[in-house]
Amino acid sequence: MNGNDFIDPDESLNAAESGGVEAAVEAASAAFAQRPDKDSSFEALLAADQRIEPRDEMPDAYRKTLIRQIAQHAHSEIIGMQPEGNWISRAPSLRRKAILMAKVQDEAGHGLYLYSAAETLGIDRAELLDMLHSGRQKYSSIFNYPTLTWADNGAIGWLVDGAAIMNQVPLCRCSYGPYARAMIRVCKEESFHQRQGFEILWTLMRGTQAQKDMAQDAVNRWWWPSLMMFGPPDTGEAAISGGHTEQSMAWGIKRFSNDALRQKFVDMTVPQAEKIGLTLPDPDLRWNEEISHWDFGAVDWTELQRVIRGDGPCNAERIQRRLGAHNEGAWVREAASAYAVKQIRLQREEYLA
Amino acid sequence: MSTPAVKGGSPERSWPLWEVFVRGKRGLSHVHVGSLHAPDAGMALRNARDVYTRRQEGVSLWVVRSTDITASSPDERDSFFDPAADKVYRHPTFYDVPEDVEYL
Repeated sequence: MNGNDFIDPDESLNAAESGGVEAAVEAASAAFAQRPDKDSSFEALLAADQRIEPRDEMPDAYRKTLIRQIAQHAHSEIIGMQPEGNWISRAPSLRRKAILMAKVQDEAGHGLYLYSAAETLGIDRAELLDMLHSGRQKYSSIFNYPTLTWADNGAIGWLVDGAAIMNQVPLCRCSYGPYARAMIRVCKEESFHQRQGFEILWTLMRGTQAQKDMAQDAVNRWWWPSLMMFGPPDTGEAAISGGHTEQSMAWGIKRFSNDALRQKFVDMTVPQAEKIGLTLPDPDLRWNEEISHWDFGAVDWTELQRVIRGDGPCNAERIQRRLGAHNEGAWVREAASAYAVKQIRLQREEYLA
Repeated sequence: MSTPAVKGGSPERSWPLWEVFVRGKRGLSHVHVGSLHAPDAGMALRNARDVYTRRQEGVSLWVVRSTDITASSPDERDSFFDPAADKVYRHPTFYDVPEDVEYL
């Protein structure tokens, strides 16, 4: 919320008031030493781990890469409203319904933070939405899987949002200022999403046998797609040649490789699954003493490729639903515009009268 | 995947862009937090509340039409801010004072 220029009104005003002469002098010297470097070229800023801001000079490819990545991220947030939105009317209690509505509203908000960040790169949100609607830009493949039971809302919060957080936390230090700042807001809000998902499963696993089975079934279906959220492997047969990882790392857009983040996610999730009493559907999952990591089985990369190509269970449905919402909302947007024009006219008439 | 076109073909024109500033708590300045599209100032304010203060992040909001902001250019940054660069005597660290003087 507060930037670097945060001034706490409760702090003492100067050294004489606080007696902290040493601290004041130190702070002033540090500020003086860190004053902006004369060289503010793109390369110099990156080398100094400084942020690139909207009106700075930047290579065209950097701008394009960011627009593509931020837009895909924004699209994922708003398409991601659908799988859980599907359950708002059928949430098992008023408490769960209120939580789910807040969560889906957050996803809409995250989409808006990200579209706002993308627009600082000189592209209009309407253009981005058009590219989503016409299939020229993508969203995360994870949202092409259906939410079949109530437990899926738990699995999505715990696994899908858990994986998203793992991916997103490093983006808070991304080299592009507006993207990094948007991600700080997103990450703060995501932790509620992950915890509410964990709680749904935790509750189900302390219920009847049918509820336990439902929770286990949801985790069976969401585990592997969650691992795919980190993208194709960095090496080996399934690695994508000519991928963006290396360049994005050099530009400070990406900070860790896909496989490193995936391993981190597995290491974090296995003990949590044990705690809830759920079995992760991977017979090859075992603790590797030598490297202090969990070994896990091979991911079916052909499935990821298939879903990305459009053959997932819900690809067509998701876009149809998005388009439907967009087109059905057209009259609201038109009415708001008409009202705005009318208000301006009335004000003008009042001024002239 | 079928690629249905948006109704009307080309994307509709966006509403004006508004920059949003939030006062986090009393005693603090308004800080820029992002932007949004809205047809008028009233809607911009309501949308800003929903987008940027869902968790009591603010006690006051400003919205400003993005086109109404005049910004300094990064290209002329060096010359624009140059007059301040060589006046080190404006900083307390510039002055040599004996170490054993208190509250200075």
